Amino acid sequence: MAKMNLLQAINNALIIAMTENEKVMVFGEDVGHFGGVFRATSNLQEKFGRARCFNTPLTEQGIIGFANGLASQGSVPVAEIQFGDYIFPAFDQIVNETAKWRYRSGGQFSCGTLTIRTPYGGGIAGGHYHSQSPEAYFAHTPGLKIVIPRNPYQAKGLLLASIRDDNPVLFLEPKRLYRASVGEVPEEDYELPIGKGEVTKEGADISLLAWGAQMEIMDKAAELAEKEGISCEIIDLRSILPWDVETVCASVAKTGRLLISHEAPLTGGFASEIAATVQERCFLNLESPITRVCGLDTPYPLAHEKEYMPDHLKVFEAIKRTVHY
Amino acid sequence: MKDRNHLSNVRLSHQVNIIDKGIVDIPMLQILQPDGTVHKEAEVPALDKEQVLKIYQTMRFVRVLDERMVAAQRQGRISFYLASTGEEAASTASAAALEPQDMIMSQYREQGALAYRGYSTEAFMNQMFSNEKEPNKGRQMPIHYGAKELNFMTISSPLGTQIPQASGYAYGQKMAGEPAVTICYFGEGAASEGDFHAGLNMAAVLNCPAIFFCRNNGYAISTPAEEQFAGDGIASRGLGYGIKTIRVDGNDAFAVYAATKQAREIALAESCPVLIEAMSYRLAAHSTSDDPTGYRSKDEEARWQAKDPIQRLGNWLKARGWLDEEQEAKDVESMRQEVLQELKRVEKVPICRVDEIIEDVYDEAPWHLKEQLAELKEHIAKYPDAYPKTSGRL
Repeated sequence: MAKMNLLQAINNALIIAMTENEKVMVFGEDVGHFGGVFRATSNLQEKFGRARCFNTPLTEQGIIGFANGLASQGSVPVAEIQFGDYIFPAFDQIVNETAKWRYRSGGQFSCGTLTIRTPYGGGIAGGHYHSQSPEAYFAHTPGLKIVIPRNPYQAKGLLLASIRDDNPVLFLEPKRLYRASVGEVPEEDYELPIGKGEVTKEGADISLLAWGAQMEIMDKAAELAEKEGISCEIIDLRSILPWDVETVCASVAKTGRLLISHEAPLTGGFASEIAATVQERCFLNLESPITRVCGLDTPYPLAHEKEYMPDHLKVFEAIKRTVHY
Repeated sequence: MKDRNHLSNVRLSHQVNIIDKGIVDIPMLQILQPDGTVHKEAEVPALDKEQVLKIYQTMRFVRVLDERMVAAQRQGRISFYLASTGEEAASTASAAALEPQDMIMSQYREQGALAYRGYSTEAFMNQMFSNEKEPNKGRQMPIHYGAKELNFMTISSPLGTQIPQASGYAYGQKMAGEPAVTICYFGEGAASEGDFHAGLNMAAVLNCPAIFFCRNNGYAISTPAEEQFAGDGIASRGLGYGIKTIRVDGNDAFAVYAATKQAREIALAESCPVLIEAMSYRLAAHSTSDDPTGYRSKDEEARWQAKDPIQRLGNWLKARGWLDEEQEAKDVESMRQEVLQELKRVEKVPICRVDEIIEDVYDEAPWHLKEQLAELKEHIAKYPDAYPKTSGRL
């Protein structure tokens, strides 16, 4: 075990993946010698050479188009988009190409080896274009997997699983936690399962569901609620697509109440998908309406960042409303 | 740390001198004249009789296939078709200059390349009729061919997306140490997409052994080239990216072959991209959903019919004594019969079972897809008459 922050855990996972398989290639804007604007790819070029860790021209559609071709050839590309906010120029390549490659060719070709890493989320005074959480746009795309870790241990295990998974994975990294989240991480190789949520705390009165950086907020809100005698069960969804309906529904069947929280705007956010599904499956267990605590339906604001965010106080209030419904 | 000087190639000037467009003068390589005679200064590529005949017969076959399938679409037997009339030499002769291990990524009007690689008449038909024998399992529209065994990447409709993909594929071939290149076909309209810029720039900067082959046929559906770009075609852009570039007469099979052959050698030996702009004319309608009489004149079409790439090579072959007119007429007739027979046979083949609807979305179908399939099958079982193509095989 070693103490690592989230960036170091990602860097460590990339080193393991590149060491075990020479077909793994890491590229994007500034990821080469410089090691990335967040330093997630530090020293990879020195260790593995320019041919396997390299800068690309500044073109997101190019990066993902290139990665699609490379993946279909049999290489294992790990492409970086500098900020999730800048993934949209590559939306066509991801949605129309990456995700449909295997299906449209009847399984003759695929982009299964591709992993797209990108930092997401707010809380760093990033304004409109360094704060967004785009997972719901991609959750509407059959053929993709979407994974979001909450801490360094999760990041390493889930990233290794994503690189080795034979499906294209969009790996969203909570940049607010890059250096803030530090924890014990095994130095050896391990994987965590894609498509599986995790109950991080057991409770009896309400199920709290979130992912990524929002998990910290749930922990804080639950602490406040426990002081008022409300027992919270907390679930980290970890994978947005496919998501772990079993773990979530088992929890709701037990607690009878569900609160879902994400940084992204409410309307069309992934909480809607979860709420609708749980409502269908747990109708007879539900004792109150499913609650969503999310970002506002506005672009991500700069000066009003604190007001915009679904912080622990907003979640705490929503927990009380739901439990006392 | 490397000491860089990005002004090292910049020449000084002391007057305001705005460079006018058109200063780059890119000629068009032509070996065969429209009547099939060879230009005096030109050199016919070193091809033996069998090779030239294979190029010629492939072009002939493609024209027969196109004529028959446009008619089949008009009869409502297939939903859609895209002919390549007038452009057979561009796709066929370029493919002839490649090796079987080279990857082909195409747009959709390159059936000549696929036919040259050996795609059978039956395989063409299976794809167009979306049946259960079709490798795409009937999931894509007609003409979206793909053949793993022939190194022909499955076609997709979004334009230009294959251009940066070809850069990446070629990079992977280089890294794997394969003696192979990737050729990427696209039209002059697709070259206006952002993916063209991304793909060519990345190939140049990352030293990818790719051949970018642009079919400049004058039109993108109804939009003439003059409304597509103001510069000197597509070739002039290659120079801006630092890419070795050539413009060829796309209706001249020998010019296309010679340029592609050399492009392949350069791409492989120097690990770099090459751009070929093949000048041609889309004699066909854009697709069976298009009627070109609304946007271009019959006279214009007639001028290009006189430059027909098949006649041009055919005349050269006849002059050499390699082609007998009587035999040719018989060959064409037997191609027509073969196409028609396969069409009749293949249109009776059923579509895939409904279970295929959820396969290949992922490597293994996740829970939600399995649930959706189970519900669908239950529904079909309840209303079998409404789903006649699958209800008998649930």
